[in-house]
Amino acid sequence: MAEKQFKVTADTGIHARPATLLVQTASRFDSEITLEYKGKTVNLKSIMGVMSLGIGQGADITISAEGSDSEDALRSLDELLKKEGLAE
Amino acid sequence: MTFLQGIAASNGIAIAKAYRLVEPNLSFEKHTVEDIPSEINRFKAAIEKSKEELAAIRDRAQVDLGADKAAIFEAHLLVLIDPELIGPIEDKIKSENVNAEAALKETADMFVTMFEQMDNEYMKERAADIRDVTKRVLSHLLGVQLVNPSMIAEEVIIVAEDLTPSDTAQLNRQYVLGFTTDIGGRTSHSAIMARSMEIPAVVGTKTATEEINNGDLVIVDGLKGEVHINPTPELVEEYRKIHEQYEAQKTEWAKLVNEKTVSADDHHVELAANIGTPNDLKGVIENGGDGVGLYRTEFLYMGRDQLPTEEEQFDAYKAVLEGMNGKPVVVRTLDIGGDKELPYLQLPKELNPFLGFRAIRLCLEEQDIFRTQLRALLRASRYGNLKIMFPMIATLDEFREAKAILEDEKQKLIDSGQKISDSIELGIMVEIPSTAILADQFAKEVDFFSIGTNDLIQYTMAADRMNQRVSYLYQPYSPSILRLVKMVIDAAHAEGKWAGMCGEMAGDETAIPLLLGLGLDEFSMSATSILKARSQIKKLSKVEMEKLAKQVLNMQTTAQVIEAVNAATK
Repeated sequence: MAEKQFKVTADTGIHARPATLLVQTASRFDSEITLEYKGKTVNLKSIMGVMSLGIGQGADITISAEGSDSEDALRSLDELLKKEGLAE
Repeated sequence: MTFLQGIAASNGIAIAKAYRLVEPNLSFEKHTVEDIPSEINRFKAAIEKSKEELAAIRDRAQVDLGADKAAIFEAHLLVLIDPELIGPIEDKIKSENVNAEAALKETADMFVTMFEQMDNEYMKERAADIRDVTKRVLSHLLGVQLVNPSMIAEEVIIVAEDLTPSDTAQLNRQYVLGFTTDIGGRTSHSAIMARSMEIPAVVGTKTATEEINNGDLVIVDGLKGEVHINPTPELVEEYRKIHEQYEAQKTEWAKLVNEKTVSADDHHVELAANIGTPNDLKGVIENGGDGVGLYRTEFLYMGRDQLPTEEEQFDAYKAVLEGMNGKPVVVRTLDIGGDKELPYLQLPKELNPFLGFRAIRLCLEEQDIFRTQLRALLRASRYGNLKIMFPMIATLDEFREAKAILEDEKQKLIDSGQKISDSIELGIMVEIPSTAILADQFAKEVDFFSIGTNDLIQYTMAADRMNQRVSYLYQPYSPSILRLVKMVIDAAHAEGKWAGMCGEMAGDETAIPLLLGLGLDEFSMSATSILKARSQIKKLSKVEMEKLAKQVLNMQTTAQVIEAVNAATK
């Protein structure tokens, strides 16, 4: 299992376009990928799950991946978050 | 062949097949199913079809509206493959032996409720996304067609009960030749949109959606407010001729785009346009407007859940000022109240809203709102030729108070190092009789007047313009109104100031000769009326119109005035 913590820097938080990008990226992998925020965990391949967390700027989030391609998945998500200036 | 009489909302003739923008019936019965695998397959097929449809809509939106607007459909596509939605639906079909429609609706409703209960506005709107996607899948399960206005690919006439801003945003201007609606009037959103899109429209037909079927041949006569359904070939032929004549006339008018507006005896006036959003600028420029005579800032505040921020306003004002490229832009500060409500301000209901707490009265009381707007305007001032006017001024004290607030904000911005234009003219709307009567005193302190005739007429005649039964009192050519207009223009000129007009009357064929004669300096109207007005003024003699104006000011009735104008301008 791979796991990594991030701090959200985007001023709009993880809404709309950022959420779409995250879910699209996560959906490309076979691993089970989850997103945890404030003690709630959702499936990162579920747009409604991600949106329902209402993640705002400054939030501490954890992304975990479990499965054959978990390392790749986490690396891609990490790159995406940084490239788009969403989290660090 | 059927005929409907409505209200002419936008000039021109359109002949095409009808496209009904009416929601199909999506009701169904919940029942048990025996063959579960085939029910699941039916559900999967509906999801696939919905995906194809949404992908096509997204691609079209990307081309027509830009990546920004297309992003919403990207999110819709993700909802369609959301494991947290699809999984539970399939489980429900399997475990409860119910039909796919019921499993879909019940599962989706759960999510809708969850999002609606969140206390964040943005999240609440996500409930609408889920509803939208559910409707699409449901339509495929039921084998009915949802309306997809963005996917229209042939020339059509849109038939709808009413058109909302989001409906019209999806319409492809290339294919939508005209439209007709059941409800609405000349100033309803659908009518304003039609004029800015420059397509013929007839609104308020009451029964268009009942009488017209998809594919019916329809003639929309936006000149007379008539709609003909499945007309005879003879009538179509007749209308093709009218259409050609109208187009030929428009081509004639179009030659005047870059010309100045001068009367036959060389008197120059300005023809400006009334706009509601930066999107209207294209029409102003294409129709050769000399400026913007009225920028109604209310639209920035309407159709949303909270006040627009200073930055949002700044962006809009800057876009308009830059778009007009140095030509004058008269911005009216917030005119809310009366018939224009903002639900999120939660103002108490009033017995006489038109005589109540509205426009400048509200702004002077709720100064946070007013100051935010003024700051945005002041900051935008250096990007063009900005003029600011206050609506509904009834006393000089009100004007002085509003001006003091403006000066206060201006000083603060300058102190903080902001660049502000030092040539912003400051004027008022003249729409209350007390101000028209005291115009000579106002003229000493304001830089200009803009006469708002819709309200000036209603207040002078004491007749609510929303009340059908007293609509006969809406008499712009009444000698009483014309005398008030004259007082305002004369008062401005006596102090070396200018006077404009931004009500419906300024673009009216019968009023224009009189206003020219009374010495009006600026006429502000729908952009689409500008070239016609320019063509009309070119044929009029200012000196002759002065004589006509002098004559009608001493007449007794509106009918006499109209007769005199017709005789003088034949």
